[in-house]
Amino acid sequence: MPAAAAESVSKRFGVTVALDQVSMQVVPGEIHALVGRNGAGKSTLVSLLTGLQAPDAGTVSFDGVPAPPVADRAGWRSRVACVYQKSTVIGELSVAENVFLNRQPRRRGLIGWKAMREQAQELLAAWGVQVEVSQPASALPVEQRQLVEIARALSYGSRFIILDEPTAQLDADAISGLFAKMAALKSQGVTFLFISHHLAEVYQICDTVTVLRDARHVLTAPVSDVSQAQLVAAMTGEATSLLAPPGNRARVERSGVPALKVVELDGLSLEIAAGEIVGLAGSGSSGKMTAAETIVGLRKAASGTVYVGQRKLRPGSVPDALSAGIGFVPQDRHREGLVAGLSVAENATMTVPEKLGRAGFLSAKRRDQLGTEAIEAFDIKASGPEQPVADLSGGNQQKVVMARAMANDPSVLVLLQPTAGVDVRAKETLLAAATQAAARGAGVLIVSDDLDDLRPADRVIVLYKGTIVDEMPRGWHDHTLIAAMEGVTA
Amino acid sequence: MKLARLRDLALIPAIIAIAVVGYLVNPVFLNSENLINVLQQQSEISLLVLAQALVLIAGRMDLSLESTFGLAPGVAAWLVLAPGITHGLGILPPGLAIPVTLAAGVVIGLINGLLIVRFQLNGFIVTLGMLIVLRGLLTGISDGKTFFNLPESMLYLGNAVWIGLPASIWLSLILFTAFIVIAGYTRFGRSLYAIGGNADAARAAGIRTDRVLWTVLILAGLLAALGGLLLTGRLASVAAAQGQGAIFTVFAAAVIGGVSLNGGKGTIFGAFTGILLLYLVQNVLTLGGVPAQWIGALNGAIILIALMLARVTSGRAQE
Repeated sequence: MPAAAAESVSKRFGVTVALDQVSMQVVPGEIHALVGRNGAGKSTLVSLLTGLQAPDAGTVSFDGVPAPPVADRAGWRSRVACVYQKSTVIGELSVAENVFLNRQPRRRGLIGWKAMREQAQELLAAWGVQVEVSQPASALPVEQRQLVEIARALSYGSRFIILDEPTAQLDADAISGLFAKMAALKSQGVTFLFISHHLAEVYQICDTVTVLRDARHVLTAPVSDVSQAQLVAAMTGEATSLLAPPGNRARVERSGVPALKVVELDGLSLEIAAGEIVGLAGSGSSGKMTAAETIVGLRKAASGTVYVGQRKLRPGSVPDALSAGIGFVPQDRHREGLVAGLSVAENATMTVPEKLGRAGFLSAKRRDQLGTEAIEAFDIKASGPEQPVADLSGGNQQKVVMARAMANDPSVLVLLQPTAGVDVRAKETLLAAATQAAARGAGVLIVSDDLDDLRPADRVIVLYKGTIVDEMPRGWHDHTLIAAMEGVTA
Repeated sequence: MKLARLRDLALIPAIIAIAVVGYLVNPVFLNSENLINVLQQQSEISLLVLAQALVLIAGRMDLSLESTFGLAPGVAAWLVLAPGITHGLGILPPGLAIPVTLAAGVVIGLINGLLIVRFQLNGFIVTLGMLIVLRGLLTGISDGKTFFNLPESMLYLGNAVWIGLPASIWLSLILFTAFIVIAGYTRFGRSLYAIGGNADAARAAGIRTDRVLWTVLILAGLLAALGGLLLTGRLASVAAAQGQGAIFTVFAAAVIGGVSLNGGKGTIFGAFTGILLLYLVQNVLTLGGVPAQWIGALNGAIILIALMLARVTSGRAQE
């Protein structure tokens, strides 16, 4: 009896077929991976499995029992829960209240806060989540928030949990913590459907994998029976390597004035030559994101200076960094990268108003022209420059952010988590753009938790607790880099 | 929780400071008569602040409250007053004046709910439209004049004294206390915070967000009508302009009191300290002998100064 099953479900939105007769069974007690490129139908399948939408055809069942009607939210909650990429925890409320939202324990009609805190603490502890429940949920790190969501789902009686790209915003430490917790819950009889763009994670934690492509089911097989190349082929419909090899880029001359020179910036010094790609690696607590955000002016350094070419940057000033020739992709595209309601063209040209007209006037025509160029240059799947970025898939949104970073022909390009939550193809496009920028003579700094992002780099600098502990030329092995990131000398 | 409680008390230092300044300006300030006077003056509008705070916490706004404040008692007066000196239809017995006032508030809340929740129109513009329409209705039924000669029942609450304090002060304090409890200790109250904080998450948690929003909008209309009734009783009349322009003070008081315009944040107690602070400052200025012509400019300045005071004493950015 499968824990959850979809029987030839179909769903269309207007003229688009989002799912075409897809069948899938999730065996109780397994971790089942669901993979596919952006737009393959994963999200639609999840919305059918969680009862947010009803299928046009086909059926969904849990433990052999047909799913309740869409309106019966309580019925769905007791069968399945989904931890979305976007958190459904309310940051202003305490952890305890989030767990018991809308079912707070009451005494004489009023909420018993003390009892609620105790019960929440108990409940979380029962599933091995150690969190102080009286603090506001916004104070929790992402991975703990996810665990709270999982525990809340379990407390409704559901033993089938869908994790929608849970690792997208986690660093290496947090990911291994999450996986350990998933393994522990699995042994307690919890079934997971795991959605991820990182195929390595599928091999690391999952038992079975299902691939969707173009709204259709392609394969379901035990993970151990599928090679990575087969999996990629199933996802893309053609045989291809995970990432094109970096190629034989010419050795970079490291003479003359460096493109970017960082001197004692809160204790960190580094130089990037023109045309050079440098990776910055480190665990979540290494301070690599903080360092990169300080370089581009999002944060103000307590001490130290940043030079772009000969020019000294004003600390903590993004406009100054931009005008000096820095282009950057911020860490979180939803928070800092994009204005969702604005068009592709407006987002892509946001950093370069001076290119759009004189004396503060903007030419919409010029803007849409630049937007169209960006759509072509970065292979953005959009109906046109006027489409709001909110309508685009994650990978294409990230391409818009990249286009924005490149809009001022930067001499220094700083990329923070440039491929977070995007599919294999989009990843290739994004990293190729970085390589091209280097070929044109820009110095590129890539800061990422994803080792694939660091592969094109000429050298990778490893940061541990705010100081540089190692530097590796291209061709490093994953395990040596990870060991260095964890502060272990391999 | 501890943090939230501290935030709640953020304006207390400012209120104490004003009390000290007030005493230095004019020792009369701390006389019980003066303080009761201030409390009574703010009691009517404080109900608007209470209503607005509830709506704001749920992530919405209701601009129409100031017009409800005038129209609800206005409609009652229009229906019960005999035609003659003032405009009136005289089709209802005077005993129905209070029920009609409150029902008018409920109906206005229902219309707001219908447009905002049911038809999913933009709440800011809907209630702005309602503000204008309702004000126009009051002008229409009163012919732009003032209703007076009101029935005894409409005057009672605005004039009665219960256990040494005016009834309107009691009502204001009782309602604020009740809603402090409701907001903090009932599922309905917590669902306001959940919806204002993240409506999708609230829906995912099984909260009937639409029903809660309907309820809070109706409640707001009802509170505004009651506030209007209190003022009507105190002044023994309903002017066509009753409540006009009050919404700005109401918003200012809520924000000064720490209620976020973005929803999900703030407390009812905070909102109360907000309106109290505004009226105390005004009172100090009056006692200080500020000429009447300058009161308007000063009222605006007070709001800005109070905002800054709240920013300094609470130590956090306002939203």
